[in-house]
Amino acid sequence: MTNGWETVVGLEVHVELATETKVWCGCKNEFGAEPNTNVCPVCLALPGALPVLNERALELIIKAGLALNCQIERVASFHRKNYFYPDLPTGYQITQFDLPLCYDGYVEITKADGTSKRIRIERIHLENDAGKLLHAGDDVAAAHSSLVDFNRAGVPLIEIVTKPDIRSAEEAGLFLNKLRSILKYTGVSDVKMEEGSLRCDINISVRPEGAAEYGTRCELKNVNSVAHMMRAIEYEAARQIDIITAGGVVEQETRSWRNDRGVSVLLRTKEDAEDYRYFPEPDLPPVAVAEELVGKVRASLPELPDAVIERLMGDYGLSRYDASLIATEREYVTWFDEAVELAGAEQAKAVANWQLNELFRIMNERGFGPEQIPVTPNQLAGLLKLIQDGTITGKIAKDVFEKMVDSDLDAATIVKREGLTQVSDEDSLREIARRLVAENPGPVQQWIDGKETVAQWFMGQVMKETRGRANPQVALKLVIEALNEHTAER
Amino acid sequence: MHDALYNLSATELNRLFVRGQVSAVEIAEAFLARIEAVEPRLHAFLTVTADSAVETARELDAKRAAGEPLGPLAGVPVAVKDNVAVDGVRMTCGSKMLAEYVIPYDATVVRRLKDAGAIIVGKTNMDEFAMGSSGENSAFGTTRNPWDTARVPGGSSSGSAASVAARVVPLAIGSDTGGSIRQPAALTGIVGFKPTYGYVSRYGLAALASSLDQIGPFARDVHDAARLFSIIAGYDPLDSTSADVPAPQPEFPSEPDLKGVRFGMPREYFGEGIDAEVKARLDEAVATLQDLGAEVEECSLPHSKYGLQAYYVILPAEASANLARFDGVRYGHRAKDVADVAEMYVKTRTEGFGHEVKRRIMIGTYVLSSDVYDKYYKKAQQIRTLVARDFDRVFEEFDALITPTSPEVAWPLGERHDDPIRTYAADVCTIPVNLAGLPAVSVPCGFAHGLPVGLQLVGKRFEDSRLLQFAWAYQQVTEFHKVQPPLNTEGGR
Repeated sequence: MTNGWETVVGLEVHVELATETKVWCGCKNEFGAEPNTNVCPVCLALPGALPVLNERALELIIKAGLALNCQIERVASFHRKNYFYPDLPTGYQITQFDLPLCYDGYVEITKADGTSKRIRIERIHLENDAGKLLHAGDDVAAAHSSLVDFNRAGVPLIEIVTKPDIRSAEEAGLFLNKLRSILKYTGVSDVKMEEGSLRCDINISVRPEGAAEYGTRCELKNVNSVAHMMRAIEYEAARQIDIITAGGVVEQETRSWRNDRGVSVLLRTKEDAEDYRYFPEPDLPPVAVAEELVGKVRASLPELPDAVIERLMGDYGLSRYDASLIATEREYVTWFDEAVELAGAEQAKAVANWQLNELFRIMNERGFGPEQIPVTPNQLAGLLKLIQDGTITGKIAKDVFEKMVDSDLDAATIVKREGLTQVSDEDSLREIARRLVAENPGPVQQWIDGKETVAQWFMGQVMKETRGRANPQVALKLVIEALNEHTAER
Repeated sequence: MHDALYNLSATELNRLFVRGQVSAVEIAEAFLARIEAVEPRLHAFLTVTADSAVETARELDAKRAAGEPLGPLAGVPVAVKDNVAVDGVRMTCGSKMLAEYVIPYDATVVRRLKDAGAIIVGKTNMDEFAMGSSGENSAFGTTRNPWDTARVPGGSSSGSAASVAARVVPLAIGSDTGGSIRQPAALTGIVGFKPTYGYVSRYGLAALASSLDQIGPFARDVHDAARLFSIIAGYDPLDSTSADVPAPQPEFPSEPDLKGVRFGMPREYFGEGIDAEVKARLDEAVATLQDLGAEVEECSLPHSKYGLQAYYVILPAEASANLARFDGVRYGHRAKDVADVAEMYVKTRTEGFGHEVKRRIMIGTYVLSSDVYDKYYKKAQQIRTLVARDFDRVFEEFDALITPTSPEVAWPLGERHDDPIRTYAADVCTIPVNLAGLPAVSVPCGFAHGLPVGLQLVGKRFEDSRLLQFAWAYQQVTEFHKVQPPLNTEGGR
């Protein structure tokens, strides 16, 4: 929403399924193989070759549908979508048309302000991916030749289409991240945008706030990451608002997002829209989706992000926002649960704080993915125990945590080795406090003049002298005692 | 005796070989010599696989010498229509588009032929991508009818039919989308059988119209046709439209007997357009069946008359998509000197495809366009359902149906070049059978104007064996299939 305008966005998300083999043939579905090595008569569309539905792909789309709260169509039927392109061997894509396998679902997103919103899913259908074109030259137009790698041709894809329920780039980003989480949790896809296993088209329009009708929409293609998508939505909304405020009319167009330049460019107008001549795929007769199969897939679903969020809020009193951050990746949830198990439920909030602040900060700095959590739940539990029993201070604990990342040692060992045990011994601390008071007449005068924060400053000095090991409460108490003694002596 | 090997049936050749009375190499060489002798006048083959045929024969001889088990087609030469894939052999589909294309895998039926010990001697001429019923749409010249080399052999499986009729091979594989096995079988005086849709795997058959295409056998008698059918039929996991049923093993009784068998004669198939002499041969065939104890009654298939129109919407629609893969990118013809991809597509396909193929691609592309889809494609599918329901209804009463295979005999070459509608109409009796997915066999039932006439028997879905038993019974009491075409007697050896 900017200046009285509302942005309306619907997404079409293509996700490669994590099957062993392709959707219509037995070739391997793997990323990064030598070009044109995972190919056969079927995925190369040699004369006479025929498609056979990969049952695992059927299971995975049903799994996606159930995880996204969809209804499941009880028949799998396919259509041909006809168009010529060098990366499409058959000259048609086998996809679904009037009867998508999944429909009427939704995804719940949680915004930074803690409110949640439901983004409805219109449909999810199954289809095949195309091959990959490599252009020899600076760009397509300047290329003197093009090469095609058909390893990706026939890889199973699902297309997830949302209703136009998204109202901002922020919401779109939250939706896509939530969707990624769910698809990863369930093992439907490894959702690596950088490997092209998740790709997204954006349908976007703008309208005056409060208007009942949607504006004319444009479709943005070639969006390769969540960040790009958010940027593209902001750019495109602004472009459309500019056209309308200048008295123009937004044309229904398909546009391409050029992230390097930060602009969208015209691909084709509505008049040039292709007629894909859909018709039922005669090589794949419709097959019944057995109730038994749906039941089996439903039983195999793991605990999904929304359930995790509710559980962390209900069982441990975490905020919705904190719970949803932990719920982003299944590995984070497992880590949290194990740490709480070891440290005790009363430590759950502390576990969450350490995970969300220290752990994520370190992982972020070092570029670690969720599979590379560098501290074990056991290490954190040990650390929490040392804080709890007063062995170390909170400040020292942060240093110990950093050291655990690089050493694999447990907290107690590090504390012992580095001599970081908290000093609560009043005699030695009192000595330090008295010495400091004697050595700093300036601050002492301020204290006499009534500036009470000077006590904190002296406490800080005590901490410094003890390299953070002093018990802060004890140190403060002794500093005040020392100051009072000193003033009294004068 | 060896000069006459080519006059033997598949069953007889197999028996001679298995018993050691003739070697497979002798058989292969005799038939290769026969091909060489007849081809100049017949032009049934696009590729003769002489080397691999002899190689296969040697392996068979070695197997036999070693006492290893021999397949049911061991030592039998078979020709394969050039739209069915044979690994490592050129496959043109009768098109310039694939003039030099060598396919790197075996069709399922070819795999099964090889496993059964068949000797594949070559790939046969056909109308381009199986579009045509005269053979004249081949990009590589027209196959001649062995009964009159100035006439067409029928199509689209022209070379397969002509080579069996001319005793060049005892067996051949064809494909039938709207009559492409049965019609040329009728026009060349042999047996052609289109099995129930889904009985024979289509894996490795270059698709024309996927929902109509079916591979089937050519032979000179029903016994041989049934033998070949039993080998190529049966479930194939590589074809999703393949029926999950075991391969049929047709058995024939010792005596022909059709007592209690009820045949229907759909009156719509004997109306306008049928040649009077053809009609007379059909009447005689009916009398023969009755002599065997069959009951024959008239019946009605009222929607069949719309079958042709529905067919010429559904077929081009599916074909327009099936032929999209011929784009010059991965294999086959690619136009030279093009500026961009769009021009490459246009030039490649303009140069590679013939007239009839282009005509049907254009029709198919049009009828699938979103603004006319309901008017053509959807309507045609509705008609298809009605045509099929007619058959279901009459089959409640009858065991099989009798119709002419073709309303006319073989016509002169070149006569219908500019008249596609008339050529399309020649398939009026065979097309509804494909729309309904039923089995049908054409058997010789005499001669009209000195040329062969075919009797079509249509059976119930997956009752192919029973249908073949009826046709076998008819052949037991007729001699038409034993008459040799003139090409053979005019110094064919």
